[in-house]
Amino acid sequence: MSETMTPPAAPATAPPAPTAGAGRNWLKIAAAAALIVVLLLLPVLVGNGGVAYLKLAQYILIGAVGGIGLTLLVGQAGQLSLAHPFFLLVGAVGYAVLAGDPEESADLVGLGLPPLVAVIGAIVLCGLVGLAFAPVAGRLRGIYLGVASLSLVFLGLWLGQSLDMFSGGTSSGRNAPVFELFGFEFANSQPAPTIAGVAIQKQQRLWYLFLAFALMSYFLARGAVNSRIGRSWRAVRDNEAAATSMGVNVTRVKAGAFVISSAFAGLAGVMTALWLDLVKPDENEFTGTYSLTVAIAFLAVVIIGGLGSVPGAVVGATIVFGLQQFFLLGSQQFGWFADAQFGGFSAVVVSAFVYGAAIVLVILFEPGGIAAIGRRLTSRRSPDARSANGGDRTTPREDRT
Amino acid sequence: MNTFLQLLVNGLGKGAVYALLALGFVIIFKATEVVNFAHGSLVLIGGYLVYELKDALGWAGAAVVGIVAAALSALAIERLLLRNATSADHNSLALLTIGIDVIITEEVVRRVGADIPFIGDPYDSQPIRIGDLTIFRTQAIALVVGAVLITAFLLAFRYSNWGVAMRAQAENREAAALMGIRSSRVTATAWLVAGALAGVAVLFMATQDFSGAGLGRGTHAIALIAFPAAILGGLDSTEGAVVGGLVVGLTEALSAQYISFEFSKSAVFLVMLVVLVIRPSGLFGTKELSRV
Repeated sequence: MSETMTPPAAPATAPPAPTAGAGRNWLKIAAAAALIVVLLLLPVLVGNGGVAYLKLAQYILIGAVGGIGLTLLVGQAGQLSLAHPFFLLVGAVGYAVLAGDPEESADLVGLGLPPLVAVIGAIVLCGLVGLAFAPVAGRLRGIYLGVASLSLVFLGLWLGQSLDMFSGGTSSGRNAPVFELFGFEFANSQPAPTIAGVAIQKQQRLWYLFLAFALMSYFLARGAVNSRIGRSWRAVRDNEAAATSMGVNVTRVKAGAFVISSAFAGLAGVMTALWLDLVKPDENEFTGTYSLTVAIAFLAVVIIGGLGSVPGAVVGATIVFGLQQFFLLGSQQFGWFADAQFGGFSAVVVSAFVYGAAIVLVILFEPGGIAAIGRRLTSRRSPDARSANGGDRTTPREDRT
Repeated sequence: MNTFLQLLVNGLGKGAVYALLALGFVIIFKATEVVNFAHGSLVLIGGYLVYELKDALGWAGAAVVGIVAAALSALAIERLLLRNATSADHNSLALLTIGIDVIITEEVVRRVGADIPFIGDPYDSQPIRIGDLTIFRTQAIALVVGAVLITAFLLAFRYSNWGVAMRAQAENREAAALMGIRSSRVTATAWLVAGALAGVAVLFMATQDFSGAGLGRGTHAIALIAFPAAILGGLDSTEGAVVGGLVVGLTEALSAQYISFEFSKSAVFLVMLVVLVIRPSGLFGTKELSRV
């Protein structure tokens, strides 16, 4: 049984830092603040010429938001799910339908709601769809649940193809409505506001929007993990019978985890729609924006990052989603993989090799993922950190044998 | 009525192939409690070698090489990787096989390139006509081959020493080891057999008749359909895998005809969901008990 069930590890609610550890805490806060400043200044750092890098960074944030949702479900609540792309699709289509201009086309349904309302609506919609799947999810465990959730991806593929008044159909798709906040459009404008001489156009604006979404997701998830909700997830994950006897309503906790994870995936879906500027269902189940490949990519994010670790999911997203775009960028800008028409090492192939190998290596040598490595590094530097558990309060899966 | 009969043969033929794949999952799961997500890539390895070698060795020779290669790849995955992941539990090992699957699939798809070949030369696209009835030759042969292999397997599983050792290990690993059953050898043969079955299955999968999808991501995605087959029957039941495979094959064939082709794959998964909601461990699977 993991340490999560034993009393000494229980006070997950911010324990008062021991005096000797205070310095390290400040160090951590300073590092986090520095990181946030760098992220805020990123559009200025890359300048107007480096929009491609900004797109790459935006893509990482999509992976981070989705990955955080999945790590809560798989790592914290112990429910294997491959259904993430389906919820991405629901989120993207939901946003397009809710915010879509009713006059845009006679064939498309658009409700013309304010974009902010549409984003919230899309997230709620995903949560509700997740809730609808909860009766199935609640009855199944482990691999059975994983394969059952796979059925949602196939269902999504079929629904996306057949309900083209919502999805726009596989051939052309539909436009992603421009996001707008209190009259400020996240689109190009003339004249554009500038920061340090860099014009803040559509991509720069989207970057700040995505950053806000990602930070919100990060802190919400950390909050959930460190609170009563997170403790009940881990209790259910470690032993359902024991959790029941401790007064945890297992069915409700499992359903809740699925709903919350789906909501995160829904937000990632909205971000995908804004990032691509397009909502378009896939033509087949194995390649595309909402396909099995994406399901595996998200799983790679949470495995590489360390199951259950929220910061780990962000690092995992940087590796999996970042590398893919990085190689694509390299092939476009510097002519890497020039022989990669068919049968060559294209950007997609190389990034798949890298994250496939990363999954294998992580499970062979460090099943706790990057989170475990980070935890070991920080605890080595300060012996007062309460062993493996103290430094980072996202409780790892240490119940492996 | 004729259409229905054709669909029946077609569906059962596909079902036999799915049953071969599902049996592979089940054998590996019984021996090691690991779910092998890399099964689809074993299929691709076998198919790729057939495609590469069939001009040099003739189709039959290439087919034998493909089957052996798929079996040996399965063994290699077990010996080189899974065996050495001592610190990981069964679920993590299942995730590890996803990593292997990603790498092998990308590599094979890259090598095959734009060709996306079909490899069922001796029987592909040569329908059999019996009166008004037109039957895909691929599916008919698959049904026969599948029936023979599955019967042979089930008999061996029941009566041979190997089968007894396998079942003993599935029942209780430690007790079996104490009775002198070599766990590592049983595990190795389980992977070998599963790989070989995958190698046989691909000979029918990458054909015009079966799906119209040549060797490539399409074949890999078809191999995924064997998952619902294994799950539907119950992951630890060999008979369940066979029944599951046939149910999946029939569901796919019938829904493709009577509802729509696009819906057929979703239909397979929906049937599986319905079964799982009623019986969470599949039709023939052992119920999980939790002792308090």
